Amino acid sequence: MTKKKLTNAEKGWERGVIASKIANDLPHASYVNLGIGMPELVSQHIKDDREIIYHSENGLLGMGPTPNENEIDFDLINAGKKPVTILPGGSFCHHADSFSMIRGGHIDYCVLGAMEVSMNGDLANWSTGKGIPAVGGAMDLVAGAKNVFVMTQHLTKEGKPKLVEKCTLPLTGSGVVSRVYTDYAVMDITKEGFKVVEINENLSIEYLQTVTEGRVYQ
Amino acid sequence: MQINKIKTEIAEMLSDVFDGATIMVGGFGEAGSPIELLHGLIDHGAKDLTIIANNSGNGRVGLGALIGQKQVKKVICSFARSAKGITFQELYNKGEIELEVVPQGTLAERIRAAGSGIPAFYTATAVGTPLAIGKEEKIFNGKKYILEEALNADFALVKADVSDRYGNLTFKKTARNFNPIMCMAAKQSLIQVRKLIEPHQTNPENVITPGIFVKKIIEIDNPIIETNAIEEGMIYP
Repeated sequence: MTKKKLTNAEKGWERGVIASKIANDLPHASYVNLGIGMPELVSQHIKDDREIIYHSENGLLGMGPTPNENEIDFDLINAGKKPVTILPGGSFCHHADSFSMIRGGHIDYCVLGAMEVSMNGDLANWSTGKGIPAVGGAMDLVAGAKNVFVMTQHLTKEGKPKLVEKCTLPLTGSGVVSRVYTDYAVMDITKEGFKVVEINENLSIEYLQTVTEGRVYQ
Repeated sequence: MQINKIKTEIAEMLSDVFDGATIMVGGFGEAGSPIELLHGLIDHGAKDLTIIANNSGNGRVGLGALIGQKQVKKVICSFARSAKGITFQELYNKGEIELEVVPQGTLAERIRAAGSGIPAFYTATAVGTPLAIGKEEKIFNGKKYILEEALNADFALVKADVSDRYGNLTFKKTARNFNPIMCMAAKQSLIQVRKLIEPHQTNPENVITPGIFVKKIIEIDNPIIETNAIEEGMIYP
């Protein structure tokens, strides 16, 4: 059955819905690094049937939530330089050890935002090619984490597809993304293209193809 | 005679710094940033410095102030953009300061390698990206890697939490970050600590940076907190 196209009055999944889909795909006892911004929402949707340990690349394993105003310590921050907390069982380490966790393949999942993702899993998320270039830990995360999930809106603010045949922006990594979660669908990166795992209940595959560059299939 | 690396004046800490020196600056954002030593470097006046740090400073305090004084010709860092950054941005846009962008983990590993006598290493980070251009590639077990060289420095400016006179350092929470590896990579590591203790009070099990990696130490018991200083409109000098 072909479902109707998305109208302006309708929207894709809310961010919280996307976050909960990712949260459900993170297995119990995973070590996870959540990118700054939208991916941070994922931690709010982890169910009680599992415990996830969060890594922050500035040397914190076992990161907890934002502190209360009176508990803020500017020596306890996350990779976005915002105050956080440490949970019981957490630990601190220096930067080389922290990035060995990433580069040595010890982080099970990282969830990152995207400007563009290509059919073969290339990711562009660090530079628009303008302004001061600043990469942070993004290239280490995509090269080192066992599984790289992308969480993003399906379209840019200008309505252009973010899922493309070939990235036009400077790459963060080549062939690194395993799964993409958007407001329209959940898709695996495969040799044949974007394989739909789940599609927004308001959308058809045909419509999804019209807003995606590169092959979409089920 | 006893070993004693403790100094009482910041000028004494920085007495060997010279024009054109390469200086590592510890910290991740403001956590672990040696603001008082950076202000000392402004007073010292050394020019044409190359700074190796994760960031490029905020406001006109600490590293942001040093860059604002035009004492820095080049910054090697992973993230030179920040909401509160002013001085680097101004000079960069005018073409008056050089920037080498390094992925954060590669930056940390290049520093660690320097401190461990490793001149270069292969890594998968940045393969296939603009930051791999011009770098030697090699395939191991079917996977492509690029060659990255160690980052040495003449000096490291570091903030630690506690030290004894030998320079056995402990750090506070995420203010540890780049500080221990920079102590290892620089010819002279210059440390500001919140608190000095007697050697018998040091628990050897808890030492993060052993004294062999430390040259000079000074106690700054109530260091400037960058966020508060910027909010209060502090401008140094």
